[in-house]
Amino acid sequence: MTIDVSAVDTPTQNSARPLGTTPMVSVNHTAERGVPQTKVVIKDLRFYYKNFEALKGINLELYDRRVTAFIGPSGCGKSTLLRILNRIYDLYPGQRAAGQVLVDGKDILDPRQDLNLLRARIGMVFQKPTPFPMSIYDNIAFGIRLYESLSAQELDNRVEQALRRAALWDEVKDKLKQSGLSLSGGQQQRLCIARAVAVKPEILLLDEPCSALDPLSTQRVEELIAELKSDYTIAIVTHNMQQAARSSDYTAFMYLGQLIEFNETEAIFTHPKERQTEDYITGRFG
Amino acid sequence: MTIYNRRRATNLVILTLSIFATGLGLLILFLILGALLYHGIPALTPATFIQATPAPGNQGGLSNAIFGSVVMTLVATLVGTPVGILTGTYLAEYGRGTWLAPLVRFVNDILLSAPSIVIGVFVYTLMVVPMGHFSAWAGSISLAILVVPVVVRTTEDMLNLVPSGLREAAFALGTPGWKVVVMITYRAALQGMMTGVMLAVARIAGETAPLLFTALNNQFSSTNMNGPMANLPVVIFQFAMSPYADWQRLAWGGALLITFAILFLNIGARFLANWSGGSTSR
Repeated sequence: MTIDVSAVDTPTQNSARPLGTTPMVSVNHTAERGVPQTKVVIKDLRFYYKNFEALKGINLELYDRRVTAFIGPSGCGKSTLLRILNRIYDLYPGQRAAGQVLVDGKDILDPRQDLNLLRARIGMVFQKPTPFPMSIYDNIAFGIRLYESLSAQELDNRVEQALRRAALWDEVKDKLKQSGLSLSGGQQQRLCIARAVAVKPEILLLDEPCSALDPLSTQRVEELIAELKSDYTIAIVTHNMQQAARSSDYTAFMYLGQLIEFNETEAIFTHPKERQTEDYITGRFG
Repeated sequence: MTIYNRRRATNLVILTLSIFATGLGLLILFLILGALLYHGIPALTPATFIQATPAPGNQGGLSNAIFGSVVMTLVATLVGTPVGILTGTYLAEYGRGTWLAPLVRFVNDILLSAPSIVIGVFVYTLMVVPMGHFSAWAGSISLAILVVPVVVRTTEDMLNLVPSGLREAAFALGTPGWKVVVMITYRAALQGMMTGVMLAVARIAGETAPLLFTALNNQFSSTNMNGPMANLPVVIFQFAMSPYADWQRLAWGGALLITFAILFLNIGARFLANWSGGSTSR
C-alpha cells in the first residue's frame, strides 16, 4: 500500500532538483502493525539562523507511536528540525522558522501558540545529560509539579513509575535524595529521559541521546526507546547508523538543509532510492 | 651563545624578577599584617567590645563603632544585594539582544570603578543635605550603592557560566521562564552568586570615604539609624590621627578587627567558590 505523504509537491527529477525545492516523499507502509496515524505534519518548513537558511523547505510526517530517526552529516539540519518541533529555538533571538508544523492538525508555529503548554506536550532529551542541580527525586518531580498538583503519595508513585520506565529505579531507589549530578553519565541521561516521560508528553524528541554514552548505557537507552514507542511518537537524531537501523521504524536522511529521502527504516537501509542516501549509509561521504 | 642558551638565560632573568616581585608583594602584606597584629592585639581586650569610644584619657572601647559598622554593612547588603541580583539576572537572562543590556553593563562598569568618595558626595547631596543632618541611613545607602555593581557583575558572570543546555532542558519541560531562572539557573549558580555577595561585603566593610559624608561619626552608643552613627573606618581615621596614645591604641585594634574581618570574608568567599556543590540535596 502506498501513501503519498506529500501532496504539496510535484515529483521532480532527483538529479536535477534545484535548490530550495523539496523532494516528493512517499512511504510504503509494509510494517506488520499496519498503517500508522499521522501525528505531526511538516509543510514547507524553512529555518533561518539570522540570514543563513538552515532548512530549505522540509515536507515530512511523523507517525503516532512510531520511532522516526533523522540521519545525515553534521550541519545537515536534523537537530535544527528537532528544535523546531518544541520551538526551543525561540529562546534565541535571530532564529526563526517559516512554514507549517501541524501537531494533531494545529500549527505550532502560530505566534499565539502557548510555548509552555506546547513543551509540556512535546518532551525533549538532549545530547549532553542535563540533570537539574537538585535531588534525583526532585529532578523527576519538578516537571510533574509544573502542571499537576498531586498528593505526596501520588507524586512518589509517579516518580517511581518514571524511573522504572527509564530502567533507573533499581540503581537509584536508595538514594533518591542525592543530587542528580552524583550519577554517572549514562545514569544521568536515563534520569533526563525519565524526567521527560514523567510529564506524560505525547511526543518525545531525542537529540543524539547516546552520543556521550558508553556502549552499555547506549544499549539500555535503545531498549528504553523500544519500550517507550508503544506510548509515544518518537523522533531521534543520531549519528550512529546502526542505532537508526536498530531502533527506528522510519528514517529520514537529510543533507544540507534538505530532506533527501524518507521511508521505512528497512527500506532506507536495504534499498535506498537516492544515490546520496546510499553513499551516506555505506560511509562513502558524510 | 646558542639560541637555546640565550633562551635559558632569558628564562632565568624573568624567573628571578618574577620571584622577586612576588616576594616583595608578600613581604609588604606580611609587614602590614605583622604591624597590625603587633600593635592591635594588645588593644583587643574585652573592654574593646563592650565599652563605647572614650574621651581622650578615659577607659573605653569600640563597641559603638563595631555595632555601627555591622549594622550599616548589613543594611547596605540587604538593600544592595536584591538590586544587584535582579539587575545581573536581567543582563544574563532577559537582556540578550536588547540595546538596553549593553548600556546597563557599561554604566555598571563605570559604577564599579567609581571612586567611593564620589558616591559619598552623591548621597550627601541627595540625603544628608535635604534631611539636614548626618545619618546611618545615608551611610547604609552609600554603601549599598557600592554593593550593587559588584553583585551585578558577579551575578551576570555566574549566570552566564550556567550551560545553556541546562536552561534549554528546563524550558523543554514547559517550565515558565521565571521558574527556570529561580529554580534552575539560580540553583546552579548559587555558590558563585553568594561568593559575589561576600566579596561585596568585604569591599564595603572597610570603606571610609562614603561614610565621612553620610554617617559621619558618633562618640556615643547609638542605635538611631536616623542620626549619625559611629563606624570602624571613620573611628580609625579620627583616632589614628589624634595625638592621644590610648586613642591610637584603639585605632590599631579597630584596624586589626576590620582587616581580619575582610580577610575571613575573602577566604570564605574563596572557599565557597571552590566548594563542589555536587551534594546539593533537597
